[in-house]
Amino acid sequence: MTTRIVELRQGVLKKNDELARGLRQRFQSAGVLVLNLVSSPGTGKTAFLERTLRELLTRGLRAAALVGDLETDNDARRLAASGAPVRQINTHGICHLEAEMVSKHLDGWDLDALDILFIENVGNLVCPSSYDLGERVRVALLSVTEGEDKPLKYPTLFNSADAAVITKIDIAEPCAFNRDLALHNINEIRPGIRIFETSSKTGAGMEEWLSYLEAERNRLP
Amino acid sequence: MHELSIVESVVDAVTQSLAAYPGARVLAVRLRVGALAAVVEDSLQFCYGIATESTPLAGSRLVIRHLPVVAYCDACAAEVELPGVQSFRCPHCSAFVTDLRQGRELEIESIELEDALEDAPAAAGVAS
Repeated sequence: MTTRIVELRQGVLKKNDELARGLRQRFQSAGVLVLNLVSSPGTGKTAFLERTLRELLTRGLRAAALVGDLETDNDARRLAASGAPVRQINTHGICHLEAEMVSKHLDGWDLDALDILFIENVGNLVCPSSYDLGERVRVALLSVTEGEDKPLKYPTLFNSADAAVITKIDIAEPCAFNRDLALHNINEIRPGIRIFETSSKTGAGMEEWLSYLEAERNRLP
Repeated sequence: MHELSIVESVVDAVTQSLAAYPGARVLAVRLRVGALAAVVEDSLQFCYGIATESTPLAGSRLVIRHLPVVAYCDACAAEVELPGVQSFRCPHCSAFVTDLRQGRELEIESIELEDALEDAPAAAGVAS
């Protein structure tokens, strides 16, 4: 018997990464800006997205959403009320979205007719960080009720994000939210990241966020 | 807890590569896991035992090599190793670092195989 070492040097998630690369090219050639929204359950991703979709539509931008959840199509129904095209992805127990799920749910959609597509990931700050979905912008969301040290507890996600959104700032005061500390922690993990402080209820911070989306959309090659 | 999906991807990838080595037995699979890979070694090991059952990898060991985050520090004009993932600053000059050179890896580095005896008579019945 002889033993030997065979070098493989292969990414474990190679299949997902290759699919994601294909998606990214597809999105780019269709001229659609794609964002992957990641947060814990309860941060308010859906409320934030509801307001974002509605306001984008009134600005004349064609926005759509794919929304991931383990079960139910409650979020898709909520988001569809905005008037934007929405599809639900049910993962049936899987704690994150994968490129293949995104690809399957795009069937029949004319990407050329879209300006911005949001992918709302399954509520989870760990597993989604490993899976590229072909997005151009990864957004990490954090609410004022969650504690300022979230970025330190989940550095992988925050470090891989391109933008950060703080939600529910209208209740920052009763929650004794330490804004400076939260901003400091986000910046320690992802130096220089754009941070938006928003309220889906009052609309605070939405103007800045929407302008960012428009600018990113116009920056597409 | 996506370690099971990750381990299943490892099993698939290794099984595919075994086609080139007929009769070989897998002794070990070596992974390189960066500090930012967001996987837990204990969970990987636990899932590995389950996911390899009734596959050509059954009974093999999973060996994990942990890699720290390495970033390029503009101020020092050098690659620096970060002591952890709680602060993305250069450990020498405290400047922020954003250009990561290592730390996100989740790779199958190599597999250790035991080749079947080429001229062994079939009747010898090597126990395995």
